[in-house]
Amino acid sequence: MLSKKLAAASWSDRIFDLVVYAAITVVTIATLYPFLNVLAISFNDSTDSIKGGITVYPRVFTVKNYETIFAYSGLMTGLKISVLRTIIGTILGLVSASMLAFTLSRVDFQARRFVSTFLALTMYVSGGLIPVYILIKNLDMMGTFGVYVLPGLVSAFNVFVIRSFIDGLPYALQESAKLDGANDFTIYWRVILPLTKPALATIALFLAVGQWNAWFDTYLYNGSKEGLTTLQFELMKVIQSTTTNADNFRGRNMTEVMAQISPESVKMAITIVVTVPILVVYPFLQRYFVKGMTLGSVKS
Amino acid sequence: MKAITVKVKPEPKKPASRFWPTFLQQKYLYMMALPFVLWAFVFNYLPLWGWTMAFQKYKPGKSFFEQKWVGLQYFRELFHDEQFFNALRNTLAMSLMGLLAGFIIPIVFAVLLNELRLMFLKRFVQTVSYLPHFVSWVVAAGIITKMLSTDNGAVNDLLMSLHLISEPIQFMAKGNLFWGIVTASDVWKETGWNTIIYLAAISGIGPELYEAARVDGASRLQQVRNITLPGIRTTVIILLIMSIGHLISIGFEKQFLLGNNLVRDYSQTLDLYALNYGLGLGRFSFGTAINIFNSVVSVILLFVANGIFKKITKESII
Repeated sequence: MLSKKLAAASWSDRIFDLVVYAAITVVTIATLYPFLNVLAISFNDSTDSIKGGITVYPRVFTVKNYETIFAYSGLMTGLKISVLRTIIGTILGLVSASMLAFTLSRVDFQARRFVSTFLALTMYVSGGLIPVYILIKNLDMMGTFGVYVLPGLVSAFNVFVIRSFIDGLPYALQESAKLDGANDFTIYWRVILPLTKPALATIALFLAVGQWNAWFDTYLYNGSKEGLTTLQFELMKVIQSTTTNADNFRGRNMTEVMAQISPESVKMAITIVVTVPILVVYPFLQRYFVKGMTLGSVKS
Repeated sequence: MKAITVKVKPEPKKPASRFWPTFLQQKYLYMMALPFVLWAFVFNYLPLWGWTMAFQKYKPGKSFFEQKWVGLQYFRELFHDEQFFNALRNTLAMSLMGLLAGFIIPIVFAVLLNELRLMFLKRFVQTVSYLPHFVSWVVAAGIITKMLSTDNGAVNDLLMSLHLISEPIQFMAKGNLFWGIVTASDVWKETGWNTIIYLAAISGIGPELYEAARVDGASRLQQVRNITLPGIRTTVIILLIMSIGHLISIGFEKQFLLGNNLVRDYSQTLDLYALNYGLGLGRFSFGTAINIFNSVVSVILLFVANGIFKKITKESII
């Protein structure tokens, strides 16, 4: 009570509060406005949009822009591939990270030091763009779906986040399972995995976002492979083709044609389609990833 | 429970001879770890072997032993290329700007958020601030380009209505603005996300410290200066060292997506340079030399930074 009175009495504290709220308001608007603006334009009649002046709500409401983009088959293929790589990539990434994390959490595992060091080094060592490109080429993975999933399968950061979570579980659980005759794999599958759900949810979000947002691997390896391009890549082509002169793109097909005829509103509609899946998911997982981020940073 | 703990008590060690029995006993652990270790070997370590390309006149399709060794030829070529120094300058400039802004602004934002008394507002602002982190750079670049455009871009509109400028600025066509645009974009996208760790660190500070300070009559600003900021010092230092380690290898996505031919002199980073002049032209050996240069400098930076901080603060991450 006393402290509250003191705080309220101080004049400088009121100015301080004012500055805090003003700054927070500016930041919030600066973050949110661009998204609302894009959303509004995407729902606005495209010829009307050219006149400008649209802020956070559409002036002449229409869903025609969305009809236009969904009429292109390239977009649907992109959507399919993006969804597929997100699902498969997330599941495989979760399996690999959690298995490795489990073995590393076992103090009695005799290869623990080796595996741990071997993985940790991958966070600092990388061959670089061209050696990786040559490797993928030599492995005959160009133009395959595999390049979306396999090269980035094992991520040391994810492993360490999950491991520090497992470290927090009582070891007695594993011991009693062992007494019941469970082998190490069964312990992982039946005991550890169900208890690790919060950490897994965090990592699943990281993996899914990473997969959904990736475009560079498509550009590098699958850009000219019709039927394997992703949504982000298609969006990239449409957006880039108006800022540059559509010079150095590998794909030819519909996106370029579309870029020439696509007005601002259609571009914004694609942007929204690419963004919405993540928009829907992340607020619900916020509790988990905040925890996961802090855990991961402390450990690594 | 007691009986169990007795059972797993480690027996006295007999080194070497215990390896195979333990190995067999832990076969499931090995089966769960080794395939992924192999995986990491192929995709993370094998490319390092590819560094030999920089010292060869690499021709695709030939085996390693058939390649012609050329020594440091490609490095000499690299150091004689004007574009290389241009790319190096751009990489360092944008990395340093990104480091400075991306480091200070999240701390300020975390402190500001922490001072919000209304919980629901704090939650709302936090949720909003994470949003840009979750969209791809493709989307972000599209949005940023739209916001900065000369016809009806929000930034130009705002500046015009405030009468700060008399006609729209062509933001995306001015090379000297490019570094600033990239830095600002990064701040817009990642500030909220980078705040998470600092907020966690702040919430770890004991409330009794604030209570004591208030009784002593400290103003809110003084509390921030004398309690909050010292309280997150360790976190700040560790994160600073880590970001310095990545200084030179900070990606090129933003530069690739936001850049265009008009601003190329300011947008081309070392990685983009490797992409355009190594991969794009099929000069694999030359491109690999750029990659190696990039990695070596980044490791040196990490050790130097860590060494300096170890001396000053007795904190270390390596």
